[in-house]
Amino acid sequence: MRASDLLHPRPEGLYCPPGDFFIDPVRPVDRALITHGHSDHARSGHRSVLATQQTLDIMGLRYGEGFAGTTQAAALGETIALNDVTVTFHPAGHVLGSAQIEVVHQGTCIVASGDYKRQRDATCEPFEPVKCDVFITEATFGLPVFRHPHDTEEIARLLKSTAQFPERAHLVGAYALGKAQRVMRLLRDAGYDRPIYIHGALAKLSDYYQGQGIDLGTLEPATVESGGKGDFIGAVIVGPPSAFADRWARRFPDPISCFASGWMRIRQRAKQGGVELPLIISDHSDWDELTATIKETGAEEIWVTHGREEALVRWCELEGIAARPLHLVGYEDEGD
Amino acid sequence: MVLTAMNRFAELLDRLVLTPSRNGKLTLLTDYFRSVEDPDRGLALAAITGDLTIAAVKPAMLRTLVMERMDPVLFGYSYDYVGDLAETVSLVWPQSPADIANHEPTLAEVVAKLQAASRSDGPKVLAGLLDSASISARFAIIKLVTGGLRIGVSARLAKQALADLGKVDIAEIEELWHGLTPPYAELFAWLEGKAEKPKKTALALFRPVMLSTPVGDGDLEKLDPTDYAAEWKWDGIRVQAVCEGGVRRLYSRTGDDVSGAFPDLADAMDFSATLDGELLVGDPLQATGTFSDLQQRLNRKSVTLKIQQQYPAFMRCYDVLQIGDEDLRPLSFHERRSRLEAFVRSLDPSRFDLSPLVEFTDWQALEQLRRKPLHPVIEGVMLKRWDSPYVAGRPKGPWFKWKRDPHTVDAVLMYAQRGHGKRSSFYSDYTFGVWSGPEGSEELVPVGKAYFGFTDEELRQIDKYVRDNTIERFGPVRSVRADRRQGLVLEVAFEGLNRSTRHKSGVAMRFPRISRLRWDKPAAEADRIETLQALLDR
Repeated sequence: MRASDLLHPRPEGLYCPPGDFFIDPVRPVDRALITHGHSDHARSGHRSVLATQQTLDIMGLRYGEGFAGTTQAAALGETIALNDVTVTFHPAGHVLGSAQIEVVHQGTCIVASGDYKRQRDATCEPFEPVKCDVFITEATFGLPVFRHPHDTEEIARLLKSTAQFPERAHLVGAYALGKAQRVMRLLRDAGYDRPIYIHGALAKLSDYYQGQGIDLGTLEPATVESGGKGDFIGAVIVGPPSAFADRWARRFPDPISCFASGWMRIRQRAKQGGVELPLIISDHSDWDELTATIKETGAEEIWVTHGREEALVRWCELEGIAARPLHLVGYEDEGD
Repeated sequence: MVLTAMNRFAELLDRLVLTPSRNGKLTLLTDYFRSVEDPDRGLALAAITGDLTIAAVKPAMLRTLVMERMDPVLFGYSYDYVGDLAETVSLVWPQSPADIANHEPTLAEVVAKLQAASRSDGPKVLAGLLDSASISARFAIIKLVTGGLRIGVSARLAKQALADLGKVDIAEIEELWHGLTPPYAELFAWLEGKAEKPKKTALALFRPVMLSTPVGDGDLEKLDPTDYAAEWKWDGIRVQAVCEGGVRRLYSRTGDDVSGAFPDLADAMDFSATLDGELLVGDPLQATGTFSDLQQRLNRKSVTLKIQQQYPAFMRCYDVLQIGDEDLRPLSFHERRSRLEAFVRSLDPSRFDLSPLVEFTDWQALEQLRRKPLHPVIEGVMLKRWDSPYVAGRPKGPWFKWKRDPHTVDAVLMYAQRGHGKRSSFYSDYTFGVWSGPEGSEELVPVGKAYFGFTDEELRQIDKYVRDNTIERFGPVRSVRADRRQGLVLEVAFEGLNRSTRHKSGVAMRFPRISRLRWDKPAAEADRIETLQALLDR
């Protein structure tokens, strides 16, 4: 059978006719397989959801217990039959619970990677390359300009700045699921042992991470009740980037605005966002990771989705690998 | 993480360009000077002050180099996305793991290789350096060879950082500066207390200037008019003309050498002295040009003969610091003034004249003169104590500036941008416009931008107004509802207007600030562009 008969885009999302399921659908469907808990991939209202236990837990935290009719947990590496199709979840290294989904039917194997990264990350299982015929890759940072430095270097710059400006607060913008916890864990691994102050939007998910055995150290709410302006002197505060434009940010003394994102590689992006200390820390693969992964999967065909498809398709052409953009709608850029 | 010196320089540039506050920049600079060794720190200083000479590489050459190394289509996608050639090349430059393992060059090595490169092997040398450097170091190298760091740090600010480092007055640095050359090892040694202050060896060095303080409320009542001389305050640029041993230099008030921009005036400097005065254009015997005229001569690297003839530069002198070997700075203003009067008489009258003293009997009489100056290029009066010696810096008391009242215009708030640091959650930078176009189809045209002049309470009020009346958002900027029926009127004070080809309105304000919030005034009654144009033609 042709690979496109096994998986192809529909308005609801990526559909598998022989298995009758969708992967990361953006509209409510009967059966959804979900790669990870970010809200553009994991939506509420499906009749049944198959995902890793951690992804299901995260969806429960975000949407409440009734987020789906029924749920089923997929253990990593366990093969599950859905009609004539078998599916296997493999770690994607993106955020806690994130998985690639391997779909096999009549000898054809497609891996839908969801979002993934290759840099080591203490807050989730590392990405596992899976041999396949077709590899569906994201392309969020699918341009040769995106080259993420080691996250430890970025955290070292943050800590250096806290030493240079001890009288100011450092406000780190980081997405509530995954990035925020990774930044906190990196701070701990770098030896930072003061309490980290967090915005309320991070509390539930950070608790969950700690409960899953990912030690983030002492976290304090960044509320006015918990302290006056003086208490935030020299503090590191982590919150969703959107909060920094809010009146919420006024409680901090002369804050330096930092933003942890792969987009921070581009100076103009940092400048436009009023970011003083860009931290190039991403949940996604950079250009070198994307191209190395494509080769590792041994796939004969590459489908490129959400992001800058054209550059990655061009690279595949140059490498003699068949590739085409897969036009899926409804997924957001990290950071927008 | 061990950073090589080149990486530390690259990191400094990256942080400076995104740090808006002056104090923040000073901290970054002094930390860098303190922690980086010679000669790298001195070369970094020279790069920032514009005193580092490296043969330039043209952008086209840079593009050729990168195209030889990667697919042009992928480069095209990359450049389209980033929009900046230096940054794109620094990011996409292919790097083999073998290169990374190699020793990363120091700034001194980079500079030495670039300076030694001939025109023909320049590109090859550059490519070799880029091969051996990391991404941010590559960006710094490219900025060095393409000229212009554009990091928002003036030479003056770099000197202030040096002064902070050594806990000395910036005047001491300025006075030494032109006698020193990169990498400034003797300067750093002195600032760190490891050596004596460098001796002044070069000729025609800058002498730090004496500055005035504004006349505040009630200041004059405490002063005796007979203790002070008054002069017009000319709206030109403050310059210091120094000639010594055949070396001629024209300095700005911060000690930048501007001789190159004013060859006509520099040619007429055939004396042995240091004069303080105002640079203006026109013919001192006939007519003095306005500030708009003077603008034709400013911010130019070189100046054509035509422009020199159309807007000849001259110096209106008001002080003398040195004649021959005699340092006159300890003398009183009274004594210096009589030496100056005699000295200026010996100079070319088409290039040098004397700023006249203004006769007055009491403060009320002077107030009348201040309000109605003789000439548009006069922006107020200066008061100088007869017995004051010439002291560097801005002591309060001996010299006062008493400016003409500012112009004001009622404009409508159009865009607001979030501030930084203490103001990072406030919309604190305002773009405002006035009405233009025929009656019935008026449109707002932006005429300026201001970010101070209001109280903290007013800032909170405007911030709330901006948030409640946003019609569009672009990053940190919000477009605010502003039409005939609704809009926030701001009374904007400014010192003067220049013609501008860069702004749609054709005018650019000097020193605009918010003087009052006019919550009471309907937007439709704000001023029209013609009001400003009339000011321009005066």
